[in-house]
Amino acid sequence: MRVLVLLVLLVSSPAIAQQPAPDQSQQPKQTDEFVPISQLPAQDQLPAAPLLVTAYAFVWVVFFAYVVSVGRRLTKVQHEVERLESDIAKRT
Amino acid sequence: MPKWFVPLAAATALMFAASPFLIANAPYEATMGLVQKIFYYHLPSAWVFLLSAIVCGIASARFLFGGSPRQDRLAYAAAELTVLFGAIVLVTGPLWARKAWGVWWQWDVRLTSSLMGWMVAWAYLLVRKYGGPGSDKLAAGLALFGMANVPFVYISVNYWRTIHPATSVVPTLPVDMGVALWFAVACFLLLFVLLLRLRVYLEEQRARLDALYLSLDE
Amino acid sequence: MIRTAWLVLKKDLTVEVRSLEIAYTTLFFAVSCILFFAFALVKEGKAPEDGAAGILWIAIAFGGTLALGRTFERERQSETLRALLMAPAARPAIYVGKLLGIVALLAAAEVVLVPLVAFLFQAPLLSHPFWLAAVLLSGTIGFAAVGTLFSAMLVRARSRDVLLPVLLYPITVPVIIAGVRATAALLQPDVELALVRFWVALLIALDVVFVTLALWTFEPLMTD
Repeated sequence: MRVLVLLVLLVSSPAIAQQPAPDQSQQPKQTDEFVPISQLPAQDQLPAAPLLVTAYAFVWVVFFAYVVSVGRRLTKVQHEVERLESDIAKRT
Repeated sequence: MPKWFVPLAAATALMFAASPFLIANAPYEATMGLVQKIFYYHLPSAWVFLLSAIVCGIASARFLFGGSPRQDRLAYAAAELTVLFGAIVLVTGPLWARKAWGVWWQWDVRLTSSLMGWMVAWAYLLVRKYGGPGSDKLAAGLALFGMANVPFVYISVNYWRTIHPATSVVPTLPVDMGVALWFAVACFLLLFVLLLRLRVYLEEQRARLDALYLSLDE
Repeated sequence: MIRTAWLVLKKDLTVEVRSLEIAYTTLFFAVSCILFFAFALVKEGKAPEDGAAGILWIAIAFGGTLALGRTFERERQSETLRALLMAPAARPAIYVGKLLGIVALLAAAEVVLVPLVAFLFQAPLLSHPFWLAAVLLSGTIGFAAVGTLFSAMLVRARSRDVLLPVLLYPITVPVIIAGVRATAALLQPDVELALVRFWVALLIALDVVFVTLALWTFEPLMTD
């Protein structure tokens, strides 16, 4: 019962809050859809290629670095497991 | 490691290798041109970032209320992946934004709440590492709050006037852009599954090590 | 349930009133924060525009963190938390009692902090007292809801003083942002009440989410 009341409150408060959202003036309009190009792009001052390359390079590097990190931690743990298991085997 | 791991890893690697070609073939966007192509990796990584936070939250809840160590290992792995994919989102986004919006960063709802969710995941890792005994439960509690943030991040862009594109972009994508996008989404999802399984394996080995140390003490 | 919460609250208030240790130290710390900001930011007698809202909430957040840490440290030292948990009382009731204690403490601090900020930063904070009270109350509850849960959790952890901010601040960012925006909206020369109402509604929604989550997880988090 309590849960129901809380859930109702939770769901209704955003509805109550449906006031005009705070306005942030001086900003480009929010895009609703992507439109494929139909004419040649205007000349821009900022070259896009370095940004694009950096983005994709970052993604690759991060994935690679993470796999290496997990691999390194894994070999460390596995070596220690082997060491312990041989110690235990020696004792028994 | 399960049998499907290596074949899936190989398939995912091939798919990732193929994705740049699909992305290059996708049409340019009208106002943003070349830099918009960051979208094809930015959006899937954002989805996986949120998915990872949800996985962490659900596993944490199951750990808190069920006590299963398997769920705890899953939660830890998912938190690390949340940080990983979150980092990708938070770097590729500003790189795109620099050209598209003219600024690296804006304190609008979507960006701020994403950054906040990322920081919660970091906090989870810090607690696990430095919290001492009982930190697994602490972190699990934290992860639940982090999961509560996820729906907010997703819908924030539809309810507030923000500079970030709304969620209506994806359903209205033209077909040739859609192909590149959904292919990249598949790549990222498969990679997420692979990395999760790998990371959980590390936790399992650590648990095995702990058990060995315990048996040594007896 | 309510009786238990009330008893816990009464106990905390009684203990606190006897020495007022936490009240004074928290207040002093928050006042020092505000003074630091005043020294740093007020140039030639003029405060930065819209600085007052942010500074007020930062002082509340920092002071609140200190109060939370001190309250549960006191519990830890006298091992009363364990006693509380062993008592046949509903765990969520204990949480609610503690939460109300913290909110009362912070509310008392805010009574001092608001006029101080208004004076130092020349901000008309007291122009809409009812709305300001609503903003402060809902924001403080949101902050304290998460804070009480995490402080209670951290009582037995290592590095608990460092970990509380690490855990608390990312989660309470939405509360602080909403609080600051609402307060800033109240400071405008011509106040848009619709905007303030929006932020207060958001704060209340956040309060509901956080308190619900905290009530749900308090029991499993406090058991070993």
